[in-house]
Amino acid sequence: MTETTAPSRPAPRAKRSGRLARRYAAERRFRAYGIAAIALSITFLLLLFGSILNQAWSALQQTRIGLDIHFDAALLDPDGTRDPAILAKADYGALVKKAWRERFPEVRKRRDKRALRRLLSVGAPYELAAMASADPGLIGTTQRVWLTASDDVDMWLKGKLAEGGGKRAKIGAKALGWLTMLRDEGRLERQFNSAFFTAGDSREPELAGVWGAVAGSFFTLVVCLGLAFPFGVMTAVYLQEFAPRNRWTDLIEVNTNNLAAVPSIVFGLLGLAVLLNFAGLPRSAPLVGGIVLALMTLPTIIIAGRAALQAVPPSIREAALGVGASEMQVVLHHVLPLAMPGILTGTILGAARALGETAPLLMIGMVAFIVDIPADFTDPATALPVQIYLWADAPERAFAERTAAAILVLLGFLVCMNLAAVMLRRAFEQRW
Amino acid sequence: MSLPDDTTPPEAANMIVARDVDVHYDDKQALFGVSLDVVGGNVTALIGPSGCGKSTFLRCLNRMNDVIEGCRVSGRIEIEGEDIYDRSLDVVQLRARVGMVFQKPNPFPKSIYDNIAYGPRIHGLAASRGELDEIVERSLVRAGLWDEAKDRLRQPGTSLSGGQQQRLCIARAIAVDPQVVLMDEPCSALDPIATARIEELIDELRQNYTILIVTHSMQQAARVSQRTAFFHLGYLVEVGTTEQIFTNPHDSRTQDYITGRFG
Ligand SMILES: Nc1ncnc2c1ncn2[C@@H]1O[C@H](COP(=O)(O)OP(=O)(O)O)[C@@H](O)[C@H]1O
Ligand SMILES: [Mg+2]
Repeated sequence: MTETTAPSRPAPRAKRSGRLARRYAAERRFRAYGIAAIALSITFLLLLFGSILNQAWSALQQTRIGLDIHFDAALLDPDGTRDPAILAKADYGALVKKAWRERFPEVRKRRDKRALRRLLSVGAPYELAAMASADPGLIGTTQRVWLTASDDVDMWLKGKLAEGGGKRAKIGAKALGWLTMLRDEGRLERQFNSAFFTAGDSREPELAGVWGAVAGSFFTLVVCLGLAFPFGVMTAVYLQEFAPRNRWTDLIEVNTNNLAAVPSIVFGLLGLAVLLNFAGLPRSAPLVGGIVLALMTLPTIIIAGRAALQAVPPSIREAALGVGASEMQVVLHHVLPLAMPGILTGTILGAARALGETAPLLMIGMVAFIVDIPADFTDPATALPVQIYLWADAPERAFAERTAAAILVLLGFLVCMNLAAVMLRRAFEQRW
Repeated sequence: MSLPDDTTPPEAANMIVARDVDVHYDDKQALFGVSLDVVGGNVTALIGPSGCGKSTFLRCLNRMNDVIEGCRVSGRIEIEGEDIYDRSLDVVQLRARVGMVFQKPNPFPKSIYDNIAYGPRIHGLAASRGELDEIVERSLVRAGLWDEAKDRLRQPGTSLSGGQQQRLCIARAIAVDPQVVLMDEPCSALDPIATARIEELIDELRQNYTILIVTHSMQQAARVSQRTAFFHLGYLVEVGTTEQIFTNPHDSRTQDYITGRFG
């Protein structure tokens, strides 16, 4: 007996230690896989951000040309009234022409003159108009004014335009000569591109800005959340806390889950058919866009809300019922506040998805070219992702960097929303 | 099934009278014709093996079974002569009269103060802030938690230890001034020292409240209760004074259970 058992003893121990080593190795490998996966995702994320940032940063600057503009009183305000209405209507283009003539008196041919004028943006006279209206004291004086250059000049100065190449060159040899002269005189400068953050869309890249799209997105999102959050939470609370479990509620549950998976363009078609064609709501309006996105976000909020409500421990409900709270009090005083962080997370995720949504907005006309900045819920508007889509499609080279910058703005909004979600959750959790 | 024992006091003295109570969970019957009288100002222990329906019976008394889907209660239960399953009875009022303490301490994730103030608030028991403060203090004193909690009323109830949490739950239950307090294995999640404190507390509370306590511990039943009811497989087998049940049970199943032959 002892002879047979004694030698057999070490064997299992060795076996066991071998197994142990294998187990540790497996565990280490498992962790390594996890770290590798995270490293890979971070690399891709950095690549993505890097490439966007790399393209976008130059959009923060805009080339301007310094011209000596004589605010000619005889031209702008012949009667000397300084009346803003008259100042606004005056011919500022003529001032620009005169300034060019003074700087380049040798340019005589009509074609060349036009080429010279094209170095500046078509928006340049409006900039002068704005200056004169803001400060009538300028009239009669001569000032070095920095006027927005055209997008081609901008691209050339940023080194994004191939120089002098072939037929497709946007800047002719003569223009190149003028620009070089201007640059050497210090009349060509890259300055902060404030128009990008304050202007609406434009056909001219140098005048185009995201503010119109930001305002459109804001109004759309307000409508979307204003509708989807209360309806979603009420639905979730009713279904989870009060509704009897029967065939109808099962059907509703299946359908909510299905609805969450419906392609977003279908909601756009619904908006087109029902809200525009049947109910006659205005096209391209944030109101309609918000309703459509609310329909799309609603299932997400309902599902997240139900999950959050379900996660509230039953012991809390029992405790509240036990001291004589009515079912509504149990929900409103205890269950809903406890579920709120989860509901908010779901809502913000849904809203973030809605903010980045393009397809349904295309169907209801929020893809239109809109210059004016929307002031309320029924003004024609576009949204940030649609603006990105529009610019990405534009042929002008200068729109490329603006597209990237607009993507950054959108990402910035998403980051802000997620931060808000985290902060809201903190605020709710600290109350307990 | 249950035999009225000779120690049953006359009906009038009984706080709770249950007659022929059947409970079904969907198709499964959990209680069979339970008839039990609970004497006021007493601690009544409900004992019996797991799954025999003790908690189910307890939940009938404050109608917590109402919120369990598929649960049907039939029979008659009166508290102080009032049929608690009567249509005109307000469940919320009933639950204020019949408080409950659960197996696992379940304070609200709120401050200690708010935990206790919640019941009086929703029932409108305090006219002013001062009155509410008084109720909170009185409840904590009665639950033996005042000395430990008076300096931390604003801290979350969940920051207390397990035994303190359970006493907080008891304080919460008595804050609405109930007549009956139901306790479903209140010590099963606690260590022996905390258990001893709760047992002492139950003994003190007996003067003001009628207490029903479900317990798995024979010793606990013997220590804290004056009367004991033994349940088995959904039937009330035997009820009597604790002394009689533990020293001289009439039913052989009771005998087997208390001597540890099953359960
Ligand atoms: N919510 C419920 N749904 C279905 N069956 C239940 C439910 N609660 C208890 N039961 C059943 O009822 C019987 C009695 O349970 P319970 O009263 O919890 O027993 P005890 O508290 O004595 O251990 C058990 O068989 C249990 O399976
Ligand atoms: Mg139980």
